[in-house]
Amino acid sequence: MSTLTTTLPGQAPGPVERAAPTGPARVGPIEGLRHTATLSWRSLVQIKHNPMELLDFSVQPLMFLLLFTYVFGGAIAGSTGDYLTFALPGLMVQNTLFTTLNTGVGLNNDLTKGVFDRLRSLPIARSAPLAGRIVADMVKQTWAIAMMLGLGYILGFRVRTGPLDALAAFGLIILFALAISWASVLVGMLVSEPEKVMVFGFTLIFPLTFISNAFVQTSTMPGWLQAFVKINPVTALADATRGLLSSGPVATPVWHTLLWAAGIAAVFAPLAVNAFKRKV
Amino acid sequence: MLHTMTVTDTHGAPAIVAEGLVKKFGETTALAGIDLEVPAGTVFGLLGPNGAGKTTAVRVLATLLAADAGTALVGGYDVRHDSHRVRRIVGLTGQYASVDELLTGTENLVMIGRLLGLPRSEAKARARELLAEFNLADAAGRSAKTYSGGMRRRLDLAASLVGRPRVLFLDEPTTGLDPRSRNDMWEVVRNLVADGVTVLLTTQYLEEADLLADDIAVVDHGRIIAQGSPEELKKQTGAQTLAVRPADPADTALVETTVAEIVGASPTVAGNLVSVRVTDPAVLPAVVRRLDDAGVTVGEITLRSSSLDEVFLALTGHPATDESAPATVAQDGPADDDPAARIPAAARS
Repeated sequence: MSTLTTTLPGQAPGPVERAAPTGPARVGPIEGLRHTATLSWRSLVQIKHNPMELLDFSVQPLMFLLLFTYVFGGAIAGSTGDYLTFALPGLMVQNTLFTTLNTGVGLNNDLTKGVFDRLRSLPIARSAPLAGRIVADMVKQTWAIAMMLGLGYILGFRVRTGPLDALAAFGLIILFALAISWASVLVGMLVSEPEKVMVFGFTLIFPLTFISNAFVQTSTMPGWLQAFVKINPVTALADATRGLLSSGPVATPVWHTLLWAAGIAAVFAPLAVNAFKRKV
Repeated sequence: MLHTMTVTDTHGAPAIVAEGLVKKFGETTALAGIDLEVPAGTVFGLLGPNGAGKTTAVRVLATLLAADAGTALVGGYDVRHDSHRVRRIVGLTGQYASVDELLTGTENLVMIGRLLGLPRSEAKARARELLAEFNLADAAGRSAKTYSGGMRRRLDLAASLVGRPRVLFLDEPTTGLDPRSRNDMWEVVRNLVADGVTVLLTTQYLEEADLLADDIAVVDHGRIIAQGSPEELKKQTGAQTLAVRPADPADTALVETTVAEIVGASPTVAGNLVSVRVTDPAVLPAVVRRLDDAGVTVGEITLRSSSLDEVFLALTGHPATDESAPATVAQDGPADDDPAARIPAAARS
């Protein structure tokens, strides 16, 4: 397609083979996957130059895990060991939901810094900038969950089910995060600066994760709050994760989670894709 | 001519053709019907103040924005219906350097190369080659957020050249650059044109369009208000401004009539400064001689390039709409009131 010869300044000008004038009118599916992979690589390699981000999605969840276990554990569950068993699945869920905000922040950054303009002027799949970002964020999410589980193990948490159940827990959390990501994408496309994604996220995701049974038993809360906790999808996901990792019901919370994920994605994915298409 | 041309387009067809492009943003009309034709292997300059519609025109031609009406072909492909094919042959460098700040120079270019389908080793080689060409080899491994403004601009331009585009859009490539970086950028553009690339550049600087472009279109409020070669445009607008200030303010009237007689146009007088637009630089020595003969001591006399504002005034009767639009940025004498710039400005022509 192109040769590696070029005319350096000062050299005699000569004909250089230019970009191919013909070719297919659109991007093939295999090519599109390759573009997505390249843009995922781009998001992941950014970590190398931005230690703050590493801190954000590695150290922060571990700190939360330690603080909740040792500061609140005794008070809430009588012993840190019992609390860890109850709260680790909830902490994994909470951390994952907060991290979905990064998808919106990253997209908004690309938008405001003009990186999208550059990408859009290239002959690549239109969906690749969005898909690449989401794939990279899911990789980071998986990493964070695995790390939390690893630290939990050191602190005494044990998976009492099988490896397949544990994998299913991972998959369920990531799937739910993917659904929530569409809301994050939508916000990222609509707000004028990256910081505003965080503001939006905190006003929505903070109450959503705390008014659930992620950290404490539903029965300890006042009745009116229990009503919300019981229908909160975070409760369903936390219960499903507990069931899949240690003990408790599995089928019902898993179904609830899947239904919620499908519902959230059905609402936000079209809105987000539409907003994305209008921006890019 | 300042550059040589090797037109590699075998068809001899124009590289860019636009007809009746209209784009509205709510109440604002950014493009009010733009027609363009850019022959392959040439440089076309869109000259105008901020908000004239230059960037919108570039975004439409580079497939980033759909026009409300009108058609445009780039490399023979419709920008709306065959946008993927257009993207395969164009490069775009925007007004703001759109590089990924968190990646290094090398990573930025490798990413583009990979997206364009180059194998990893080839993408790396191409990145190395471009970084060397743009004097960024030393900074290749540093993340782009540590780069200076000029370095970012160069990296951005390098990014748009990874795919060896046949048509290159440069949106205000030198706005905000220091004179040296500006000269470097001009050199790069000339080299690309020598390689056969078609360049469409937008600029607020008359001087830049004059130096680089084979054809210039002056844009105002989304319309092309004048078009032609730099020479034709200069004839139409008065490319330069002659200003004379007598040492003795009492001589002002005499200077005014003398200048009017030689130039053949009525000058404007501000205080004791007499100024008029001229097309022929030979008037300068003539004015000096006549005033000397008349025994007038000249306090100062300058011949400088007209600013964009002056061109607009000549074309439209109103000044350029944007007040922040910089005045003349001359390669060799940017400040109008810098005494050191005066003699070279006169001698240059």
